[in-house]
Amino acid sequence: MENSVEIGLPIPANIKAKPLKKGLKAVSTKAWGGYFSLTLLGFAIAILANLLVRQIADVEIKTYTLAGIPVTFNTLYQLVLGAIIVIYAISGIYSYSDPYRRAKFASRAPFRFVMGLALTAWDILGTKLLLLPQPFFPGPAKILESFLMEGDFIWENTLYSLRLFAAGFSLGVIFGIGTGIIIGWFPKVYYWVYPILKITGVIPAVAWMPFALTLFPTPFSAAVFLIVICAWFSIAALTAQGIQSTPKSLFEIARTLGAKTPFLVFRIAVPQAMPQIFTGIANANGFAFTTLVMAEMMGQPGGLGYYINLSKVWSAYYKVFASILVMAVLFSLIMKGIGLIQARVLRWQKGWVKE
Amino acid sequence: MNKELSVISDIILSIENVNHTYYDDTDNHVEALQDINLEVRRGEFLSIIGSSGCGKTTLLRLIAGLEKPETGKLILNGEQIFGPDPQRGYVFQQGGLFQWLTVEKNIAVGLKARHVYKENKERIAHYIDLIGLKGFEKSYPHQISGGMAQRVAIARALINNPRVLLLDEPMGALDSFTRADIQDKLLEMRKENDTTMILVTHDVDEAIYLSDRIVIMTPRPGRISEIMEVKLPHPRSRGGSEFLAIRKDILEKLHLASALPQPEYTI
Repeated sequence: MENSVEIGLPIPANIKAKPLKKGLKAVSTKAWGGYFSLTLLGFAIAILANLLVRQIADVEIKTYTLAGIPVTFNTLYQLVLGAIIVIYAISGIYSYSDPYRRAKFASRAPFRFVMGLALTAWDILGTKLLLLPQPFFPGPAKILESFLMEGDFIWENTLYSLRLFAAGFSLGVIFGIGTGIIIGWFPKVYYWVYPILKITGVIPAVAWMPFALTLFPTPFSAAVFLIVICAWFSIAALTAQGIQSTPKSLFEIARTLGAKTPFLVFRIAVPQAMPQIFTGIANANGFAFTTLVMAEMMGQPGGLGYYINLSKVWSAYYKVFASILVMAVLFSLIMKGIGLIQARVLRWQKGWVKE
Repeated sequence: MNKELSVISDIILSIENVNHTYYDDTDNHVEALQDINLEVRRGEFLSIIGSSGCGKTTLLRLIAGLEKPETGKLILNGEQIFGPDPQRGYVFQQGGLFQWLTVEKNIAVGLKARHVYKENKERIAHYIDLIGLKGFEKSYPHQISGGMAQRVAIARALINNPRVLLLDEPMGALDSFTRADIQDKLLEMRKENDTTMILVTHDVDEAIYLSDRIVIMTPRPGRISEIMEVKLPHPRSRGGSEFLAIRKDILEKLHLASALPQPEYTI
C-alpha cells in the first residue's frame, strides 16, 4: 500500500465482483439446481408428512374460521411451511445469476434441508403420536394454534414490547453516546464518573426494579427506565473509550485545517469512535432484550414477557412457545436492522478491517 | 521609504531567537532548537535539511503553532504565531487522512471546519483534478495508494489557500517514482497560487530539485549552520553538472556540519 508505484495506472477503487469468503465454495449454475431442490425438499417432506400421516393419538383438532375459511392448526402449519418454501424458492432464484449469492445459498442448503426433516420428526412425535411429554412440549402445529386462538392478543402484546423496546433503547443510545462523549472528552469528568460507571455497569438492570416501580408513575415508564440504564452503561463506556483512543495527530491535522473544538469532537473524535460505539450498541442490544422480557414478566400490563407469564399460569405451554417464537423473529429483525445501520455508517471500513 | 517597505513585506515569516527544549519523564532534557533566526521570503520554496534529531520537525511544528517556543517569537505577516491556523497548512509525514471520509470529503474538511463549504465547494473538483485523482473522489483512504493519499493530504491543506504550506517529509515513505511525481505536482501548485512552501526533508536531491534556498541544520543542539541559495532555472535536471556540484557541496557541508561520522540522509 505504502510503496505502490503509479505510472498512470488507475487502481480500481470499487471492485465490482465480490470475492468469495473463506470456506465458501464456488457453485456452478448446473450444481445450483441440486442445492435448490435440496433446500425445498425438507420442507416439502414436512408438508407431506403433515398431510399424509394419520392422526394416531387422540388430539382435539378445533376448527377456526379465518377470513371466512375454516382452518385447523394443521392448515396453518402447512401454510407456514408453504410460505417458507416460497421465500426460499424466491431467494434461490434470485441467487442464480450471481456467483457470490449462489455459493451462499448453496452453503445453507444442507442446514435448511435438515431443518425440514427436524420439523417433520417433531410434527409426527409431538402431534400425530403425542409421544413428547405433555403439556410441556407441544408439536409445531399446536404452537401455531395460539395465533388462531388469540392472534390479536399476541399482536397487541408484541406491539407493547416493541413500544417499550423502542422507547427504552433509543433513549439509552442517545444518553449513552451523549454521556460517553462528555466522559471521553473531559479528563476531569472521566476521573469522577468512569469508576462509578464501571461499578454500576456490572449490576443487572432488573436489580433496580423495586426502585423503578416506586419511583416512576407508570409500569411502562419504570420499564423504560430499566432498559435505558442497561443500554446506557455499555454504550457510554465504549463511546468514552472510543473518543479517548483518537490519535492525537488527527486533532493536530484538523486544527491546522482550521477546526475548533466542536468540530474536533463531532467531526473527528465521534466518527473515529464509531466502530466502538457500535460495539457498545450491539452489547446493549442483547442486555436490553433480557431486561425487556424480565421487566415484562415482573409487572407490566402487557408485552411478550407478560403473555408468557399469563400462559404459564394456565399451563398453556404452547402459548409460551408461541411467545418465544415471536421474540425470536422480532429480536432477530431488530438485530438485523441495527446491523444494517451499522454497515451503512461504517461502510468506510469495508475491505479495510478483517470482517 | 517605499523601497524599504517592499523589502519588509518581502519577508512573510520571521523566526526570532527561538529556543526550544524537550523534557521527558526522567528529567532529561533535549535541546531541540538553539538560537534559531530565520527569515522566509514571500513565495519562496525553502527546504530545511539535516540529519535526524536536528530539530527540523520541531521547527516546522513551531511554525504551524502546534507547539509554543520556549523563548523567542515567530511572526507571520507581522502577527505573532500563537496556535494553529489554516493560513499555515501542514502536511504530515504520514498523510493522516480521515479514514471515514472519502477523498473528496477529506479535501473538503478545511472548508467545513472554517464554515465556508457552500461558497467554495466547486473548488474541490479543481483540486482533485490538480492532484490527478479524478475518478477516485468517492474512494476511501484505504482504497488508494500511499502516493495518492499524500497528494490528497497536500490538496486538503491547499484548499484553504494558506499563505505558507509546511511539508514535513511528506514524500519520506514513498518510492522514487511517486516521489518525483509529487515533487513536480508541488511545483505546479506553487506556481498556481504563489504559496510559500517550507519543506523538511532528509533527501538532498529533493531539496535541490525544489528549493530556492536550503537551510542546513546540525543536531544536538539543533542549530542553523548554513543557508544556501539554489539559483538554477526550473525545470531542473537532476543529473545536470550544476545540480551535481550543489549536491556535492551540500553533502560536504552536512558531513562537516554533523558530529556523527555517518549522517543519515538518503542519496
